[in-house]
Formats: sequence, C-alpha cells, structure tokens
Amino acid sequence: MASTEEIRSGLAEIVNEIAGIPTDDIQLDKSFTDDLDVDSLSMVEVVVAAEERFGVSIPDDDVKSLKTVGDAVAYIERSVA
Amino acid sequence: MSGHIRAAQRGGEAAILGLGAYRPERVVPNAEILERIDSSDEWIRSRSGIESRRFAAPDESVADMAALAAAPALNAAGLTPADVDVIVVATATGLNQTPSVAAEVDVRLGTGGAAAFDIGAACAGFCHGLALANDMIRAGTARHVVVIGVEKLSDFLNRDDRSTAFIFGDGAGAAVVGPAAEPGIGPVVWGSDSSGIAHIRQDLPWDETFAQPDGPRWPYLEMNGNPVFRWAAFEMAKAAAQALDAAGVSIDDLDAFVPHQANMRITDAMARTLKLPESVAIARDIATQGNTSAASVPLALDRLLSEGAIHSGDLALTIGFGAGLVYAAQVIRIP
Repeated sequence: MASTEEIRSGLAEIVNEIAGIPTDDIQLDKSFTDDLDVDSLSMVEVVVAAEERFGVSIPDDDVKSLKTVGDAVAYIERSVA
Repeated sequence: MSGHIRAAQRGGEAAILGLGAYRPERVVPNAEILERIDSSDEWIRSRSGIESRRFAAPDESVADMAALAAAPALNAAGLTPADVDVIVVATATGLNQTPSVAAEVDVRLGTGGAAAFDIGAACAGFCHGLALANDMIRAGTARHVVVIGVEKLSDFLNRDDRSTAFIFGDGAGAAVVGPAAEPGIGPVVWGSDSSGIAHIRQDLPWDETFAQPDGPRWPYLEMNGNPVFRWAAFEMAKAAAQALDAAGVSIDDLDAFVPHQANMRITDAMARTLKLPESVAIARDIATQGNTSAASVPLALDRLLSEGAIHSGDLALTIGFGAGLVYAAQVIRIP
C-alpha cells in the first residue's frame, strides 16, 4: 500500500501537470485555493486524475471537503485502505 | 399479406459541401454582464475564456438567424434554395412550439417544398443533425440537406446569476450536406447519460412560468457547473476518441478539433485528455462568441476556416454535448 508521502508526491505530480505549480510547493498543509491557486475547475481535473492514478472514487459532493493537500491525501489513504 | 412495399433507392456517400455562419451584430463585453453580477472580468476570463459574446436584436428570431446562416452555406456549396430537399434545425430556444423553426426558415429561404423539421438535442443538436443528414443521403431519402444550429440564449439568460450570466450567447451556423465520391462524414458516436438530466435545464416549464406568484416571467437556463465540467472534460474526450476510431482516422491525421464551445476550460481539458498533437488546430470561438449551444460547432468551424487555420480537405473532429446529458461526435472533411 502506498505511504502518505507516496500519495502526496503522486498528487503533487498531478497538480503540477494540471495547474503548473512546482511540486515542492505542494505540501500537506497547503490549501488548494488559498495557497496553490487551484480553482474549482482545476480541482475537478485533479480529482479525476487522482481517481485514475490511485484507483479510488471521489464523488463531487466529497470534493468540496478537500480543502488542503493533506485532506486529499487522507481521503485517498482511507479509500485505498 | 397482400401488397409489397418497394425498397427505397439507395444513395451514395455524403459530405459537407458548404458552411455558413451568422453572428448577430451586437458585441456584449464582460463589462456589460458585470453590471448585474458580483464578479470580475478576470474571473470570467479565467473560468471560461470568454471576453465577449454577441446578443441578437430584440426583434431578431432564431428563424431569422438560421436563414442568415443557411444562405451563405448554400452559396459556398454552389447551390440554390431550390436544390434543398430537407431543412433540419437544431435549437433549444425557438419561441414557437409550432410551427417548427425549420418551416419558418423555409419561408425565408424559399426552397419550394423541402421537408422541414426541428430536432432537440441541446448543445449536441448540430452534430446530431449532421449524423441524420449523412444517413439520409446514404439511404437515398435526400440529396441535399441543410443542417442548422441556432440559438437565442439571451432570451433564457438569468442576468443576475453569477454562474451562468456570462456564459451564453446568440448565433447560427449551417452546413449543406450532399452527395460525394468519398465519405466526408464519419460514423457518428452518440448517446446519452440521463443520470445527469438535472445538471443543465430550463428552470421552469412554460406553464409554471405563467403561474408565478409575482406574475409571469421568462424561464432561465440553469447549470451545475462542476459535474458538467467533469462529464464533458473526461467522458466526452472518450467519446471523441471513439469517433476517431470509428472513422479509421489516426490522431496524427487530424487537422482540427472542434468541440462544442461550452467553456474554454472544457476545451483545454479535453485536448489534454486526448493528447492532441501540436499540429491540430483547436477551435476557440467561445472567446468572442460565448457558448451558443447548438450553433457553436458550425460557428467555430466557420471561424477556423475564415482565419485560415483549416483548409478545404482537412479532417476535423467535431463533438457536441449538452443537456440530457446527450452527445454526438464524428469526423468530418472540411468542404
């Protein structure tokens, strides 16, 4: 099973590819909207890419609760567990 | 069993012979939309890619606009109205439930008796119409079909809704489909996902618009942005790829990608998902036309042609998708 760091770095690659943000900036405490400037549409793209990469399902209703990178990593960890 | 029905004479291959567009005169910049909503030019551009849109004049009907797009398409095809066997109009914004917009278009074109009917497939209407025209010609039931996508979405715009007020615009586009030596329209890949039926809709049926406590009001077009974005950007990219496969066209042979101009961000995400080569021209008519629903694909084709980004003989991948949710995609050869 993937470690927290593996999920974070995988997610960082996705956010980098979609929003062009340096992967080193994409840390667990960072807010997608406030710190990383990932808007709601980019967030949908990030979620879909994460679903494919990690083999999880993240419904639209749950996306709203993923405020920080850490929220998303924890969600993915719980889903693959 | 007594008599027999004689089989229809089969037709041959079909292609688009001419394209036409009508863009209403009045350009409406974001600044005008911002008079009624709490937003900003920067926000609208970053979320949609839209800088301005066009609104039809108050007395300009969808039939007026449709005929103004059909005439140059016939001209480009080297045909006259008398050559037309069928008029198919795709629209969601005609204000008369009957007669059809297509019949009203015939009043303006004067075909001398073409079959005329409307289809309802929202933003996918034009691509549905192209598929029907292709099949009619191949089946031998028509020789020349005019397919028109037209909308006057400004009539259905909630100008106080910050999530949709900036999206929609008005216009019309038309294609003349006729006989060809080689297939010029690929097999259609179409379908629906009715689990998303609530995502894009007229907010009230007509009877309820009249029964409002404060008096009658226009119905509005409503949309749930994020679920539509998810479906369009990813599921529709898959349908577009299937249309390429169905036509036997490799992505390296493609010259242009012309998706329904729903939102620039959807176009960008689809292009990324499809991994389009740099050489493929991508339609971005939405920037100055807004989302014109059924009219957007032919309007975008017209712009690519007039700007010299595509040329006669090129292959374009078209896909329409919208309320229902419904979609249709095909590969076409540019006339």
